[in-house]
Order: sequence, then structure tokens, then C-alpha cells
Amino acid sequence: MDFSKLKKQVILKGGKILDPIENTIKKSDLVLEDGKIKALGKFNSNKSAHLIDCKGLIITHGFCDLHAHFREPGREDKETLESGSMAALAGGFTRVCVMPNTNPPIDSPEVIRYIVDRSEECPIYIHPIGAITKGQEGNELTEMGTMLSEGAVAFSDDGLPVTNSAMMRNALEYGTMFDIPIINHAEDLCLKQDAVMHEGKVSTHLGLPSSPDLTESNMVHRDLSLTDLTGGRLHVPHVSSSKSLDHIRIAKRKNDKVTAEVTPHHLFFTDNDLQKFDTNLKVAPPIRTTSDQKALIKALKDGTLDCIATDHAPHTIEEKEGTFDLAPFGMIGLESCFGAVNKVLVKENNLDQLDLIQMLTTRPRKIMGFNDNLLDIGVNAELTIIDPNEEWIFSRADIQSKSYNSPFIGQNMYGRVKYTICKGHISVI
Amino acid sequence: MKHRHLLGLKDYPAEDIKSIIDTAFTFKEVLERPIKKVPSLNGKTIVNLFFENSTRTRISFELAQKRLSADTVNFSASTSSLKKGETFKDTAQNLEAMKIDAVVMRHPTPGAPLHLTKYIDAIIINAGDGTHEHPTQAILDMTSLHEKFGYLKGLKVAIIGDISHSRVALSNIYGLKTMGAEITLCGPATLIPPFVEDLGVNVNYNVDEVIEWADALNVLRIQRERMGGGLLPSIREYRNLFGITRERLSQHNKELVIMHPGPMNRGVEIDSSVADSDQAIILNQVLNGVASRMAILYLLLGGKSEGGKD
Repeated sequence: MDFSKLKKQVILKGGKILDPIENTIKKSDLVLEDGKIKALGKFNSNKSAHLIDCKGLIITHGFCDLHAHFREPGREDKETLESGSMAALAGGFTRVCVMPNTNPPIDSPEVIRYIVDRSEECPIYIHPIGAITKGQEGNELTEMGTMLSEGAVAFSDDGLPVTNSAMMRNALEYGTMFDIPIINHAEDLCLKQDAVMHEGKVSTHLGLPSSPDLTESNMVHRDLSLTDLTGGRLHVPHVSSSKSLDHIRIAKRKNDKVTAEVTPHHLFFTDNDLQKFDTNLKVAPPIRTTSDQKALIKALKDGTLDCIATDHAPHTIEEKEGTFDLAPFGMIGLESCFGAVNKVLVKENNLDQLDLIQMLTTRPRKIMGFNDNLLDIGVNAELTIIDPNEEWIFSRADIQSKSYNSPFIGQNMYGRVKYTICKGHISVI
Repeated sequence: MKHRHLLGLKDYPAEDIKSIIDTAFTFKEVLERPIKKVPSLNGKTIVNLFFENSTRTRISFELAQKRLSADTVNFSASTSSLKKGETFKDTAQNLEAMKIDAVVMRHPTPGAPLHLTKYIDAIIINAGDGTHEHPTQAILDMTSLHEKFGYLKGLKVAIIGDISHSRVALSNIYGLKTMGAEITLCGPATLIPPFVEDLGVNVNYNVDEVIEWADALNVLRIQRERMGGGLLPSIREYRNLFGITRERLSQHNKELVIMHPGPMNRGVEIDSSVADSDQAIILNQVLNGVASRMAILYLLLGGKSEGGKD
């Protein structure tokens, strides 16, 4: 990936502009000046401008990821805000919300301020999600109000569930004062026990400790009921099971404060792919069955699921090359996201390209309340340029993250991010 | 042999199981001789890599290796550098650097032997990987059944006990199904894995019905650790429902072969009077274990095996 400062004037020529707000795809050039959107229309090149040939390409909003782990502070050997930013740019993401399960956790206004200050030096926009409870221990609420004024955008103890129902109720109730999403990593740890994969036919063959889909859906159901009770806002992360979708679908009929995301890996893989005991496929919640995968695709189409989020979770090779029981949960996902979801959803399941782009742009931005007028004249350019039809194989060389725990390596992809423009810089991928 | 390694019996070819069993019978004759040693694996070096305690399996393998004149080294995790924090990968690569021909590995994690094949070129034999497979045990069980009955196709075998935590059960199921036997699983519902029907077996919680049906019972060890937890109320309850007791067998007027992979919990899953009776072939299994492992080692490492692809 080549990363450089934008020239004073840049002309994106010959491409189509996909506007996810207006729901249109139109042939148009686009002129950037001083890193801002200057004009749309038809333009001839001039000598001083940097001309980028966008023939056959689609220009659209920069992608927004609601769920990534950048490991800073504490595990800078796995990822930093800088290396995570480069991974994001390689995947077409210009804006990423980072989870607070760092060391120390992002559970105070001071740590929020630290992340916000550090991200100013980074080439993408990074927004910290604060912890729901101090130390992610599930006992005491964090100073949400003060953390919000320092730059937090949502709250989650991600990686761990809020097990205590009273605490979850309090978090949702307290959150109503600020109208921000509470994101609960839904896994019933009692039911999960020492499980490392989904309980199904495949786990019976592999002999690996497993837990059923109810491990997730029971807690999703609890959280949805508490949302009803409190009037709070719930965002359900990384939904993996068909049963959870049933609960969310019903809840959404009467409650517009519920939103939900799905990861590329839950859309792309099934538990059959675990036959080789690849530790890169060990994630929480686990990769589930083909019928869950189908249900997730359907739920994106019918609106039960709002958006795609990567759950980018870097781990060192040393940790992942151990045996299956010892390897940590998680895989990276920013760089491989678009090629994977475009293949599964647009190519194989006839989702409209426009809808997919909305799931990566306007819809996650709406959940977090980020501005979404990214094609307006005068705004700072936050753009992603894609080739929607390129067929390619994801490889180690495509990874910008410090870690490369990705089961997508070697997989066929469809559609590829070619350029990402953000904060006055352009990444050529 | 189709596969270079013996990692498990899932999708293992019937003709290869057949030739292992046939070869085991040949080696069993060797074991009956006054001089019980053959030079078949002279010059081959085999490491017994045990990350988990084992007495019988390790001794059985070691004896099989010695009878075949192989050089053997035993490595057990408790005495090794693993305690000093050495990783699985380092251990594997160190072994590889010492130019060995085969590794017999026991490990508490499912998939660990497959994992080992990524790091070293030696032939890998799985001596039990967690709750996944224990293929050599299943082969010796099949050898014993074949010896007793003269056939496996159509044989009715019941596996009794803790199926969920049993690598013996899973490998037996794969192997016996491949050889055309019928299988019924019997044990507490909390110890029968979900989706077990996908393995092509029957499940019956009524041990008396199972006894009526079966030609042979393979009685598995019930670990005392499972008692009193969330899975099983008590030993008394287990014995009442599933114990292979003399009283229970005497209510059934039929011939029945009793097997047990060991180590037995006498008085828990099986009574001494049953285990020591003529209908039990438990000690035959032990001897067939040596013969079967000789056969496996010979066929995978010996002159004949050109080494299939894996």
C-alpha cells in the first residue's frame, strides 16, 4: 500500500459516484482541493492537478467500522492506533470505533482523552468506545457522562458480557440521559463454559468443547427485554445465530432504538471450515452453521441487521500458532472486509451494491451519530474508491495490521478497495 | 496405506483398516514365540511424545516399537521443558532437528496431532488427542472383535458410558462404521454428545435393551471427577442405570462379549466379577494392543509403505 499526502488539486476522473444517501450511482468526475470536496461534474485535467483514473471504479463514502480492537494502550505488539489505521485504510475504512478491552481498559475520561489525543496524529478518524463498567469487571458503572464529553461515542465491555442483569439494566437506564448506544457482548458464560466453538454436528466430530447458539441468543433476548424496560438504546454486536435474529426481528417491530451488526467472518465462514482446527477461525461468538449463515444474509436484506462491522481483533502469531484450546479468540478483519462481504452478499446473494455500501457507510454512521454528508461541497474528503468486480486472492501482503491472524488468507475475494482518501492523504492499495 | 499419518479413523479407508488388522494377527503370532522380536524397524527412531499422563498406551507403544527393533525415546510433558514455557512449536521443531522418523503423540487438545504435521515431516501417530480421537485404541478393539467373532460387518457393538468425553468412543464409531458394524451408544443423556445421530449410530438410554441387542459391549471408564458435578448425580445412580453388574447380566440369557479400554473403575462402570469372567476379553485387548500397534508402525514406517499422500 502506498500512502501519501494529497496534491493541492486532485481530479477523480471517469468513475461512478455512488451516493448512499441519495441512493444513486451516477457517472461523474470529482475534484478535491486542499483535501476537501470541491466540485462534482465533468472536468478536464489540467497540468497542476493530480489525475486519478477512476474508469470502471466506484467512488463512495469512506467506510465506517463500529467494532475494532486496536489494542492500545497495553498490547502495542499486536496493534497500535497507527498500524490499525493503516489496516483500516487498506480496507477502505476512514472511521473506526475502537473497543475498550485494552490494558488498562478505556474506562475513564482520562483514557478516553488519551485515545482521542493519540488519534489526532493518525491518518483516520478513531472514536473510543468506553467501558460500561470500571475495569470491565461488571460491578461499577463508569463515568459515562464525563467520558462522553471527552469523546467517547458508545459504551461496551466487549470481549466480556455484562453478566449481571441489574448492571445491564442500570447501564441502559443511565445511557438514556445521553441517547448513546450500549453494546453488550452477548454470551452466557455459564452456558459457554470452556467452549471454543459452536455446538453442532461439526463439534461432535471434532471433539472440541462447544456451546449452543442459545449461549448468545438468551443474552440477546435479555438485553432486548431490558431495552424495553428502560427505554435505553441497545446495539447488538457481532450477531452470529439465527435464534438471536428471531429475537431482534421481533424487538425491532416495536422498538426503533435497537440496532445490530454482523461481521464479515460470520457471513463468509461456517463451522465446517473448522475441520482443520485453524486457530484463526477461533472467535467469540463462534462461527456457526450454514443455516445461521443463511439467516444472517437474509437478516441483512430484511433490515433486522443494520450494518457490517469487522470485530478486527489482532493477536500475535505466537498466540495463534499454539493448540486450539490455548489460542485466543479473534481474527483481524479490516483489510479483507469488502472483498469478502461483496462476494458473499452482492455476487452470491444478489444484494444490491447500493445496499451493501450503506451497510458500510451511512448505516453505521447513523448509529453513532456521525455526520454523513460526505459528498457535499466543502467537506473534508473521506472517500473510498472500489473496483466492484475485481477477482483476487487475499494474501499476507494485503495485510497492514501488525498481526496477521486471518483465515481469509488464500480465500477468493470479489471486489476490491483501490484507493482510500482521508485526512488529506491518499492510500493506493 | 492411503494416509502417511494415523491422525484419526474419520474417513480412514476400510482396506487400510483391514490390512492393519491382518498384519496385527501376524504380529500376534510373533508375540507368542519364545523370541518376540523382529528386525522390521531396525534403524528407525520413534519418539513417544506424551503431553498427558498415560501408562498403558505408552507402554503398549514402547513395547511394540521394541518388538520391531526400533529405537525409541520417551518424552513426557511433566519432565520436559514445557514446564519452562517452551511452546508446542519449539518442542516439535527440536524433535525434528534430531532426525527422527515418527512421533507417537498424546495431547489434551483435539487437533494437536494435525497441528504437529504443520511443523515436522516425521510420520505422526495419534495416541489420543483430548476428546477427539484415539485411533490405535479403536484398531485394537476392532482387532479383538475380529479375533473373537471372525467378522466385523453386521456385528452389533454397544458403547456404554461417557461418550461425550471419550476419544475411544469417537474413533470406535468411525472405524466400526467403516467396517460395516452397527453401533448403539448407551449412557447418561448428559454424557452423550448433541448431534450424535450425525455419526450414524443409535442411542438408547436403557442398558437392558442394549444388552439384549448387542453382540459385544465396550464399557468405557466413568471418571470419578464427573460424579457429583452437573453431569452425574452419584456413583450409585450410575450403577443403577448403566453399571455392567453380574446381577444385570444374569438377567439376560445370552452370550455377550465384554470389552473395556482401561483403566477400569471396578465397582463403578463394571463389576470385578464381570471384568474377570470368561466373557470378558479385556486382557486380550491389551495383548492385541501391542500387536495392533506393531502392525500400524510396521505399515506406516516399514519397508512396504511407500507412503501415500496425506
